[in-house]
Amino acid sequence: MYPSRFRYQAARSAEQAVRLLHEGGEDAKVLAGGQSLIPMMKLRFASPELLVDINAIPGLDYHRVDPDGSIHVGALCRHADLEHSDLLPGHQPTMTAAAPLIADPLVRNRGTLVGSLCHADPQGDWASVVLALGGSIVAQGPAGQRTIPLREFVLGPFENALAHDEIAVEAVIPAPRGAPAGGYLKLERRVGDFATAGVAVALETDGSQVIRAGIALTGVGGSTIEATEAEQVLTGRPLTAETIAEAGRLAAAAAQPKSDHRGSATYKRHIVSTFVVRILSRIDWTQERAA
Amino acid sequence: MSQAVDEIKIGGMGASRRRVEDNRFIRGKGNYTDDVVLPGMLHMEILRSPVAHARITRIDASRAWDMPGVRLVLTGEMMATRNLAWMPTLSYDTQAVLATDKVRFQGQEVACVIADDPYIAKDACEAIEVDYEPLPVVVSPQAALEDDAPVIRDDKEGQATNVIYDWEVGDAEGTDRAFEQADVISRLQLHYPRSHPSPIECCGSIADFNRSTQKLTVYMTTQAPHIVRAAVALIAELPEHMIRIISPDIGGGFGNKVPVYPGYVCSILASILLEQPVKWIEDKTGNLISTGFARDVYLDGELALSRDGKILGMRMRTLADHGAFFADAQPSKFKIGLMHSTFGCYNVPFAHLAARGMYTNKSPGGVAYRCSFRVTEAMFFQERMMQAAADDLGMDQAEFRRINLVRDEQFPHRTPFGFLLDSGQYGACLELGLKAVGYEDFLRQKAEAAKRGRLLGIGISTMSEPLGAGNSREYDILGIKMFDSAELRVHMTGKALLRTGARGQGQGHETTWGQIVAHELGIPADDVTVEEGDTDTAPFGMGTYASRSTPVAGAAIAMVCRKVRAKARKLAAHLLEVSEEDIEWELGRFYVRSAPDRGVTIQECAMAAYSNMPDGLEPGLENNAYYDPPNLTWPFACYIVTVEVDPETGVWDVLNMVAVDDCGVRINPMIVEGQIMGGLTEAFAMSNMQFITYDADGNCIGSNYMDYLIPTAWETPGFELHGEVVTPSPHHPIGAKGVGECAAVGGPAAFVNAVMDALKGTGVRNIDMPLLPDRVWEAVTQRHDVSGAPPIRTDG
Repeated sequence: MYPSRFRYQAARSAEQAVRLLHEGGEDAKVLAGGQSLIPMMKLRFASPELLVDINAIPGLDYHRVDPDGSIHVGALCRHADLEHSDLLPGHQPTMTAAAPLIADPLVRNRGTLVGSLCHADPQGDWASVVLALGGSIVAQGPAGQRTIPLREFVLGPFENALAHDEIAVEAVIPAPRGAPAGGYLKLERRVGDFATAGVAVALETDGSQVIRAGIALTGVGGSTIEATEAEQVLTGRPLTAETIAEAGRLAAAAAQPKSDHRGSATYKRHIVSTFVVRILSRIDWTQERAA
Repeated sequence: MSQAVDEIKIGGMGASRRRVEDNRFIRGKGNYTDDVVLPGMLHMEILRSPVAHARITRIDASRAWDMPGVRLVLTGEMMATRNLAWMPTLSYDTQAVLATDKVRFQGQEVACVIADDPYIAKDACEAIEVDYEPLPVVVSPQAALEDDAPVIRDDKEGQATNVIYDWEVGDAEGTDRAFEQADVISRLQLHYPRSHPSPIECCGSIADFNRSTQKLTVYMTTQAPHIVRAAVALIAELPEHMIRIISPDIGGGFGNKVPVYPGYVCSILASILLEQPVKWIEDKTGNLISTGFARDVYLDGELALSRDGKILGMRMRTLADHGAFFADAQPSKFKIGLMHSTFGCYNVPFAHLAARGMYTNKSPGGVAYRCSFRVTEAMFFQERMMQAAADDLGMDQAEFRRINLVRDEQFPHRTPFGFLLDSGQYGACLELGLKAVGYEDFLRQKAEAAKRGRLLGIGISTMSEPLGAGNSREYDILGIKMFDSAELRVHMTGKALLRTGARGQGQGHETTWGQIVAHELGIPADDVTVEEGDTDTAPFGMGTYASRSTPVAGAAIAMVCRKVRAKARKLAAHLLEVSEEDIEWELGRFYVRSAPDRGVTIQECAMAAYSNMPDGLEPGLENNAYYDPPNLTWPFACYIVTVEVDPETGVWDVLNMVAVDDCGVRINPMIVEGQIMGGLTEAFAMSNMQFITYDADGNCIGSNYMDYLIPTAWETPGFELHGEVVTPSPHHPIGAKGVGECAAVGGPAAFVNAVMDALKGTGVRNIDMPLLPDRVWEAVTQRHDVSGAPPIRTDG
């Protein structure tokens, strides 16, 4: 790998990282897992002048569930940590389903959830999951920390709301108000391929009806897409074959896929609807009701 | 008192001996081209064309020359002053080394920078300014035939169109008559998509010209070092004895490392000009977009059939896309390799093949990717056609094969295209495969599942592959006959050094060759060092591709061992004080016929060759052998796949795969099984996900491993291997046949046939490879065929 010339600095604290970014200006980039940045540097699609490596910052590799039920994922928590988490199974089904589907085992060992959100690739899996869950990003800059809902964090393809001297230190999934249910499905041609299409579904139920629905789509538009109308058709009702079919239809309508070598737009829409229906149909409604 | 040795214990024939080369490979101690570091070594980087077809109006390299650390910038203009702007290909065409007039495919070599380190070389390439005046782009052979298509090879005198060749073989009239008499005519049009051998190690070279000795040493990734030496001598006009080609460990070849590439030539010229070693190591994209691709052929054919299921005749037309230069690596007398080996294993009285080759604005190549020169396309066509014909006849696909396969008593069997198939038990292999997969039982399961809307399918592929070119009468590359060689030196203590003209790339030569020596001489395989790839030490050979190593070089090893044994017999007679006629041989030992207890070991004979030779006998115990096989070897294989197709997504899963391979005598069964599993994995890849295609502007889709998909252990199905049927080659000294490529050749049709069988009720007759989910879904839902190269769909 022969990237363009760049400077490298390893930060020892979030404050130092912010300072280095501030001094580095617009051409500085944060290096966490490097699973997107390094290939782009290799191809010289990205030529940052300064790399600020945050891997040596202590205390950022956590993920935890707070007493209120909210989930916090630190900037250095690897995909593999979430895949092998003891905390998520039984607590957060959408994240549990998505973690083992991220790229391949090599990427999962290095890549981070927060880094994936910052990269803002419309084909990134975590962005759909966190969007469906209504999550947000905690950003740290020279003036301190601020919280940005993911909906406002992703501005477009490969574009996020961070200032050049801010780093994302944590992703937060808010505490559920009901029993969480859902899942994540993606179609890929091969392990590690970008999604032809992916669907994240995150529901909260009160035993008799859906009280919150989040549905977000991967790889079928210029950025991660929230299928708002599909969410609305599920909310405030019990989950039935009719609402499931309608949600699938509305999610497919929300998708804005482009035809490419992964498949036609028609096919991708069809996969979105199929996956929404499959995830929702697999939710064991009776058990949820009992819980 | 000496005793015969146990062949398996000494790692002889039939021993699943552990691969000796793995010891260094799995410890990271291999010595690949990029591991070679020479004092004062400079680094070369290639600037490639970003566009597919354009006239070069200006190249300004002044900014590159000005960069600190840049030693040399090569352009086509400079190459032309040394008559090196163009070079010959392996198919009697020419190929641009560095573009002079125009670029003809995306990724074509335009300039080179040689610098103190690879970073500088890359930066300097970016500083070269090239003006391209765009020309219309042709990315399919059909478009290349259009009247208004631009002539891509306007550099060639008399080339008024994009047609490279029109070539035919077979009996056109006889075939026409057979079709007139047919009850049923079955037709199928297929596309075998462009793929790439894609070895993990890309191509590279280190050229080291020493002015004081006038010697040029080149370390390079080549499967055929002696051919390269000859090519360098002819192209660069250097004396052949002053050229040394060293092919160190190779990280996979699969046919990709047979041709001579522009990067090699440029690094050699740069080293001669600079008098310093120059290293060129290609990156993955460079490898995928510029070096020898494979396949990319449209196959259109038909079978004349009698109502009771007999094949009366076969007709085939091929339209091959060769890219910008006709650079197929193949025996020179054939234009489309051994495509005419198609239908060899079936009784076909009349056959005809018409082949046409076209230039397009795509990368050149047409290498034999894990196959014996276009045999992959030939067998894919054959087995897809067999299934379609069985369906057209309303006949069971296994029964249809049973009726038409060449029977055991028919050997030697001459095919209508002239090949001589010499041995096999085709029926036995088919029956074994059907039994192993549980054929009848699966058909019942399939019918049951269909009632519940599930789509199950079974696909069969049976084929015999012509492997191990020559003989030299018919097979040559640019006039050099396709024999091979071995040289054996037995040292004083009975240890040995073996060298061959082949060059392994991971096939396990160092392991297997020792086993042949053990089998012939009784010297333990662990006592034999195997060396290949250095033209200053190895005997002349044509290298390793087309599964030719064991059939040709392997035979030469057996023959040189026999020469050495003949001399050892004289030494044994001397030591035992009897005449040579009274001596008998058993493995590892000569003994007196009348007194079997009196004997000497091969090791004792070796010691005598240097310390106690009889008067008049030349000292030493070494020899060499050049082997020109009388025929190809003809392994046979039966691959059967069962699948389930998800009609909602088009995703298909392999339920079971059974592989029956009769490759003659197996020298190392473990290595043979490894070769088959590797080939089946590539077959699965071809059928399921792998392809290179081009958009309308000639941009290569498949230029990196995100787009060009190599299956991982996650996708690759399990394989059940069978080796119970063994038909030795009647002419090979140890009865072995080639095997390295059978599975990659015969496998793809089995997977595709299985999916097509699952879709049988839907009216879909064909989906071209790769059977990606969207293509299968489109076929199932629209109930139509999905044909041609995978399109780059755009919404406009």
